Amino acid sequence: MLLIPCPHCGPRSHIEFTYAGDATLRRPADDAPLAEWADYVYLRDNPHGPHREYWHHVHGCRAYVTVERDTATHAIVTPGGEAS
Amino acid sequence: MSAEPFRLPSGGAIDRTRTLAFTFDGRSYTGHPGDTLASALLANGVRIVGRSFKYHRPRGVFTAGPEEPNALVRVGEGARAEPNTRATMVELYDGLVAQSQNCWPSLGLDIWALNNLLAPLFPAGFYYKTFMAPARAWPAYERIIRRAAGIGAHVPHADPDRYERRFAHCDVLVVGGGAAGIMAATAAARAGADVMLIDERDTLGGHLRGERGGAEILLPYLRELAADKNVRLLPRTTAFGVYDHGTVALAERVTDHLGAAATPSLPRQRLWMVRAREIVIAAGAIERPLVFAGNDRPTVMLASAVRTYINRFAVLPGRRAVVFTNNSDAACTARDLTAAGVEVAAVVDARAGQAVVATTGRSLRAVAISSIDDAGRPIDASRWIDCDLLAVSGGLTPSVHLHSHTGGKLTWEETIAAFVPGTGAANIRVCGAARGVFPLADSLSDGVRAGGVAAQALGLKPPALDLPACAPEEPWSIRPLWEVKSARNMRGKRFVDLQDDVTADDLELAVRENYRSIEHVKRYTTLGMGTDQGKTANLNGLAIVAQRRAETIATVGTTTFRSPYTPVALGALAGPETGKYFEPIRRTPLHDWHAAQGATFVEAGQWLRPRAYPRPGESFNAAWRREVLSVRGTAGICDVSTLGKIDVQGPDATAFLERVYCNGFARLPVGHGRYGLMLREDGIVLDDGTVTRIGERQYFLTTTTSNAGRALAHLEYLLQAVWPELKVRVASVTDQYGQIALAGPRSRDVLGKVADIAVDSAALSFLGSAVTTIAGARVRLLRVSYSGELAYEIAIPAGHTVAVWEALLVAGQEFGLAPYGAEAMAAMRIEKGHAAGAEINGQTTPADLGLARLVSTKKYFVGRRLLERPAMADAARPTLIGLTPVDGVTPIPAGAQLIADARAKPPVKMLGHVTSATFSPTLGRPIALALLTGGMARIDETLVAASPLDGVSVAARVVHPVFYDPAGERLHD
Repeated sequence: MLLIPCPHCGPRSHIEFTYAGDATLRRPADDAPLAEWADYVYLRDNPHGPHREYWHHVHGCRAYVTVERDTATHAIVTPGGEAS
Repeated sequence: MSAEPFRLPSGGAIDRTRTLAFTFDGRSYTGHPGDTLASALLANGVRIVGRSFKYHRPRGVFTAGPEEPNALVRVGEGARAEPNTRATMVELYDGLVAQSQNCWPSLGLDIWALNNLLAPLFPAGFYYKTFMAPARAWPAYERIIRRAAGIGAHVPHADPDRYERRFAHCDVLVVGGGAAGIMAATAAARAGADVMLIDERDTLGGHLRGERGGAEILLPYLRELAADKNVRLLPRTTAFGVYDHGTVALAERVTDHLGAAATPSLPRQRLWMVRAREIVIAAGAIERPLVFAGNDRPTVMLASAVRTYINRFAVLPGRRAVVFTNNSDAACTARDLTAAGVEVAAVVDARAGQAVVATTGRSLRAVAISSIDDAGRPIDASRWIDCDLLAVSGGLTPSVHLHSHTGGKLTWEETIAAFVPGTGAANIRVCGAARGVFPLADSLSDGVRAGGVAAQALGLKPPALDLPACAPEEPWSIRPLWEVKSARNMRGKRFVDLQDDVTADDLELAVRENYRSIEHVKRYTTLGMGTDQGKTANLNGLAIVAQRRAETIATVGTTTFRSPYTPVALGALAGPETGKYFEPIRRTPLHDWHAAQGATFVEAGQWLRPRAYPRPGESFNAAWRREVLSVRGTAGICDVSTLGKIDVQGPDATAFLERVYCNGFARLPVGHGRYGLMLREDGIVLDDGTVTRIGERQYFLTTTTSNAGRALAHLEYLLQAVWPELKVRVASVTDQYGQIALAGPRSRDVLGKVADIAVDSAALSFLGSAVTTIAGARVRLLRVSYSGELAYEIAIPAGHTVAVWEALLVAGQEFGLAPYGAEAMAAMRIEKGHAAGAEINGQTTPADLGLARLVSTKKYFVGRRLLERPAMADAARPTLIGLTPVDGVTPIPAGAQLIADARAKPPVKMLGHVTSATFSPTLGRPIALALLTGGMARIDETLVAASPLDGVSVAARVVHPVFYDPAGERLHD
């Protein structure tokens, strides 16, 4: 069980969270080209190593916490911060 | 024959003042507190305790610990029976009932032992080679294989026992209460750490419990630990898995050893999830067997087990023994045997070029001894020695399992001929025999070192610690001997894996057939795939593979170590979360009222909703059909408290909702509501519901029951991750409000009687909202309809819901107001062609659901861009239509596929599927909704709704999906 640092609640077990995906994505402008939108919605990297991602503290403060997790070791590299 | 003929008159750690009665295969025996089932069986002279997996060969107790491959028995009776328990780990209790396994009709006479004679037909991979053709015969083959496969039989009853789960935290978790573990725990505790020390046996002491003198030298440390309030000692507890970030899973056997004497208030087992800052693994080592012909016979036994049975249990595993070893353990085994009065007929030491090359006897009667060369080949004529016990030791294998669970690497250590832990997780320290440190004095100081390092990592100062004095030991030495080849004219199977009946020849065959990876060899031969996971077998196996491939053992490597270390009861993993405790049950504020009225309930996610209110003598179908007609004819009320409710507040609330919903909200005035359709970014419908503007900066949203959580998470994501600049807060108020739908042509009359405001059409028009007081509660009205009738939804502070509900019933009595349930509601929404969960299925766009007119072209909203993809407007997309049976009476099965021709041969082109179906009480015939490719362009076509699983095909006509009041005149009145 991962131990996820929540900026509001402190270190909490990952069973309190829902994984919420890549935290590096930026929503394109409303009128951005369709291809850019398709990348935003569908295209994901599958990095081996550090990965910035959101964990939604659904059974806690309900913050989307940004976590940098090493996908190879599950080490959490940097302490969590609030979304964006 | 006297009771317990193989029990020594004195010594051991058993309580001779008390006698425990137990049965094995129906025969009565006795033992004493302190016994395991295995030691008690041996004390009674029971040598054969089971039949082997494949060849059904007689097998006896082989070890004295958790690694036992042979002595697997069924313990307990009825629903409490547990198959495949290791007799070496079962503590004896009075009244214990045990059964042998894998034999029929009896342990002594086992029909399947025929397999032993047919062994040439069962080489490695024989399933793959034997059951090849014809393919259609496979089901028959499978039945035979399944009957012959497996060891224990499953118990076809629900588990009557209780299990508990506990979460715990500590600074240092020490796994293994042997010499190294006790010293590590002492060092960490003296440094001031919060320590947990766990051990899988009933008492701490580790392997010393089985040696002469016992664990005496550790007692002062154990007493100190027991008295330390910062130390938790957990015996009978197995650490079966190490996971991320210092998580260790423990299975504690709380009352298993008590039998009928167990306190009923205690659980049978307890699963611990421990979060440890530092983990010390002092799991010890497991002795390896030696591989030679006939090495599986009862009583061939590990040398350490022989010593344990003598020293701890005061049991003689035999009267005349031969010791066969390749390492320095030989001397103390011979010494302990002699001290116990067992005649040691020979010590066969591979270091001196000697080996046992064959055995004989159903239960061991004699062994043959030869000189061997470096490759393990017999080089002279063998001589037979009579004996009834053969103690074997092929060296010690450190228990690296837990170190490996988190990806720890292994290093080959030539001096002990075994793998030892290499690099691993930063917070895991391995010490003692688990690290290949075998001599006691070294192991003790290694434990102190590991405990000190763990303390230091926590910022604590490691204490000075005097080591206990221990007797000098012969330095450890071993001559690797991975297999003894068979002597000419002395055939016999040479088992590597006793539990799976895998022989050295099977491994050789796998290599010859070019299985390269050890993982493939494992799966092809089933090496190490039993319930013991090859604890005594794997290293010998991969060493033999390495020799055959002329590679080093380090190159061949090990198979992956996975949790659980030893089998864990599924009940312990499930814990208390079974049956009605599997997940929370959510009840509405009106639940008790519904129940008192005799309502039937239906599960909707975690919610229980009233489904219908049958009157005395009324069937369920008659009840909900009556409820529909009551709403359509006069009025009804329905508990819709399960709808998700979200409070949205803030200066940017309007701007936010404009972006969230695909339909327009900018001009929604305060005191009005609107239907809202929410899309995902990919343009697919996420959820629908109502939005009521209750202030300049405040909205009240409802979502569907099933999507309440998803919709809230979606809004939170947008506010936190996408538009953090928006000044908006959202909060779930689902549980804070009860909600009632009041529907039907007379609903306004009912409302008018209880509300303290005017509710006529001018005051409260369609989609108008107002606050009023009913039964003393301030409630919010929204004139909105799901049923298709004139209707209102009333949001009530949860605690007042019953009072409002009852006030409505009283007021409605004169109009014939009746409560209606989820079934009537579902039927009415199908009559109205409203999309619900079966249509909002994660694949449909607004246009697919006939809601294209709602989608704004004047603003950007979530989902807009990808909704503009050409494929989203493809005319071939399945879209919502209605179906009605051609014959007017046959129900259309929900889930049926729509096809053009019932007689078409497969593969048949599927045109769509039926999403929802009901009988329409209003129309008096079955109706259905479906998603059909081409949709409304097919109106009036006749298709077939085919449900091959039900064996039903119904001819159905495509119609408009709104069956009732398509113009919507009834709700605008």
